[in-house]
Amino acid sequence: MTDLIDTTLTGGDIGHPGVFEEVEAAHEHPEHGPTGILKWLTSTDHKVIGMSYMITAVVLFYIAGVLALVMRLQLASPTSSLLSLSAYNQLFTMHGSIMMYLFAGPFAFGGLANFIVPLQVGAPDMAFPRLNALSYWLFLTGSITMIMDFFVRGGAAAFGWVAYAPLSEATNSPGLGGDIWIMALVLTGFSAIFTGVNLVATIFYLRAPGMTMFRMPIFTWNMLVTAILILIAFPVLTSALVMLFCDRHFGTHIFTVQGGGSPILYQHLFWFFGHPEVYILALPYFGVVTEILPVFSRKPVFGYKGMVFATMAIAALSTGVWAHHMFTTGVVLLPFFSLLSLLIAVPTGIKFFNWIGTMWRGQLTMKAPLLFCIGFLFAFLMGGITGVILASPPLDFFVHDTYFVVAHFHQVLFGTAVFAGFAGLYYWYPKFFGRMLRDHLGKWHFWLTFIGFWITFMPQYVLGLMGMPRRVATYPTNLGWQSWNIASTVGAFLIAAGFAVLLYNLWISWREPILAGDNPWDGHTLEWFTTSPPPHHNYLHLPPIRSERPTWDYNHPDAPTVGHGKQVRPRPGTPGAPALVGARSGEGSNGSDGRSTTR
Amino acid sequence: MASVGTVNAPSTGGDQTTRAPAQPKRRRALWLALVVLAPLVLAGCQIPNFGAYHGATSQGKDAFKLWQGFVITGIVVGIIVVVLILWAVFRYRRRSDDIPRQTQYHTLVEIIYTVLPIITVLVLFAFTVVTENEVDATPKGQVQVKVTAFQWGWQFYYPQTGKVVEGETVQSPQMVVPVSETVNITLVSADVVHGFYVPAFNFSRYAQPGVVNHFNFNVARAGVYRGQCTQLCGLYHSLMFFSVKAVSPAQFESWVHQTGGISPSIGRLKAQIAAHGPGA
Repeated sequence: MTDLIDTTLTGGDIGHPGVFEEVEAAHEHPEHGPTGILKWLTSTDHKVIGMSYMITAVVLFYIAGVLALVMRLQLASPTSSLLSLSAYNQLFTMHGSIMMYLFAGPFAFGGLANFIVPLQVGAPDMAFPRLNALSYWLFLTGSITMIMDFFVRGGAAAFGWVAYAPLSEATNSPGLGGDIWIMALVLTGFSAIFTGVNLVATIFYLRAPGMTMFRMPIFTWNMLVTAILILIAFPVLTSALVMLFCDRHFGTHIFTVQGGGSPILYQHLFWFFGHPEVYILALPYFGVVTEILPVFSRKPVFGYKGMVFATMAIAALSTGVWAHHMFTTGVVLLPFFSLLSLLIAVPTGIKFFNWIGTMWRGQLTMKAPLLFCIGFLFAFLMGGITGVILASPPLDFFVHDTYFVVAHFHQVLFGTAVFAGFAGLYYWYPKFFGRMLRDHLGKWHFWLTFIGFWITFMPQYVLGLMGMPRRVATYPTNLGWQSWNIASTVGAFLIAAGFAVLLYNLWISWREPILAGDNPWDGHTLEWFTTSPPPHHNYLHLPPIRSERPTWDYNHPDAPTVGHGKQVRPRPGTPGAPALVGARSGEGSNGSDGRSTTR
Repeated sequence: MASVGTVNAPSTGGDQTTRAPAQPKRRRALWLALVVLAPLVLAGCQIPNFGAYHGATSQGKDAFKLWQGFVITGIVVGIIVVVLILWAVFRYRRRSDDIPRQTQYHTLVEIIYTVLPIITVLVLFAFTVVTENEVDATPKGQVQVKVTAFQWGWQFYYPQTGKVVEGETVQSPQMVVPVSETVNITLVSADVVHGFYVPAFNFSRYAQPGVVNHFNFNVARAGVYRGQCTQLCGLYHSLMFFSVKAVSPAQFESWVHQTGGISPSIGRLKAQIAAHGPGA
């Protein structure tokens, strides 16, 4: 391990001189580049791009959320005439597509990761800044393309976010809507792949001296694993969509029975992307929670290495469980996919106990970021337990494609992307802008979201068990489904009210800023060592890195981590609060620090 | 069902012991007793159905029992985790500026909470496989029905007598089957993917182009059971209903031999929907 790390410390030796030259050149002109609108259009700074990603993703979240509200209004009455059947099919397709492809993932791996990972590993930027900009602009183009889908003749795609063939074939879904949907996803798919490449390269090659793999913050670890999953999963989606496009336009019969093709193949390809995608969406947010809980408990993360291996186990298992979405097709090997799916509960359980262990005997500071993390724990617990139920084929048989599944995956995805996503927003907002979000408004936001969350999704479990299928715009009046649907609709509007509080909070922080200072939470990781917002190229100085929380070590030299019953201290000769070292010490000037301590 | 409860009790109990703090021993013991005993007590008296149908078929009843086992396990695990979270949240609120002990590892605890979930999951898996084999078994039965799903309706064909029932959207067709006899269903699709779903049977299966699915059910009680397509299949997916009527074998025999009138005509029904909308 040590040998590997040592070679990565000296960037010039390992065949990537270009990266460092570019960084070097830029570093000489710290204030270079345009300002204002031109800055947002031309910047290759990971912080600007990350912020663009986050703003775009939150706008898309808002749009998709409004679509959800309209659908909930429609379902509040079994005979509602608010939407036509066709409009309803378009709405849930676009709601799912925007939330899954354009919000939850890009907010995490395009936004948060882009901004935070280079800071956490002590790098001046992402490994490939121009590729990073390309990623964002592809993502924005894809997103606009997706939204444009509403405005073409025949309306938007209406085959669900999974676009099962042969429903998505030209004979069953003719028109531009489907084509534009495919093109939007091809564009954003490439954006995700490029970001994946960028993150992997950044984390492997641009870590600051001393930051061995096992000194990386968990968020960075999770982003590394996420990026690898992106590289495994997204090319499969992109190819499946290209094949679908060929079927629609070029006369191929890859997914049509008539020409000798196989509709089931589409489901396999889609879910071979789709299930890792679930973890592409979840792992970054697990990372966010794992950053926040230690800081607000004033303790190191409990079971750091267990956490890392649990993340890897989840990623590995996630590539072998895709067919649990296909239990009711009757053509997959049920025991295999059932066992692997059930086994995912094990590393997820380890994470849960590690999170609880982190809070255990800590000093919990009840601020908005921590509240959202606790909300995440409850939401994800419920989604996880129902996930175990769904992993059992005989049980999946009777809740598959019902509202039970809708409730399950919304609790999982809402728990991660929304609760943990907002936790991350409240936590890092001071780092982004140097100003605080109002904590009391944050608490309002939290409680509205939390209460709304349970009122929205718990009735959907009941509806699913009563037999209400998903993706229906209307339902029989005599089955007692309406009251549960009304409850769900009320909950959805509570969540929307919470989001309105957040918007006000953002606005007021802009109008009447409360300055944050560089490290308002007594943070643990490197990003809290630099200024808020960080300067161009992030660091003028770095502290010595001897654990996964160098900023804490620097600020609390007398409170090092206790591990395995013995204290982990800097080696004799390196004082508790050593002199600052230069940020550009990749040539080995700080090499001794990097190697001086191991646990 | 008692066996599911007892298998899980030790695993969850062990967790509680190792992770709870030392101070309030008595309260902890009480919780522990509750958590361990709850499934046993529940197993002893009537286990609630937790929202699911009891299952109108013998296959559905098996799935229902498995459901009860999973939900009880889920509740036990859930309660333990919720108690731990709430305990941490309320007990360890910030009370001073002291820096807490910077504990990072506790190998024994970590091993325990890795091994116990593995055991729990393997037990759940074992029960899953047993039930799965019962639900999925397709021995030859007395009655065969070929179900063809199409946009947006169903056709039920009885090859033994040539009887055909079909209908689209709101004019939903009804499948008639005899009570307590094994019915072999062959499920296919004429166009896109559909889902054959009877909630009261605790069962659903895709009807897919290019795939022929087989399954059985033995309906236990006479009655009419509503069914619906579960897999998004296009414009009128919301309206793709059907029902299953279980009657006595004698009634079924007389019904299935009345074969006059309808001939298979999925194409005609589809053309009708295209021209006049659903239910025309």
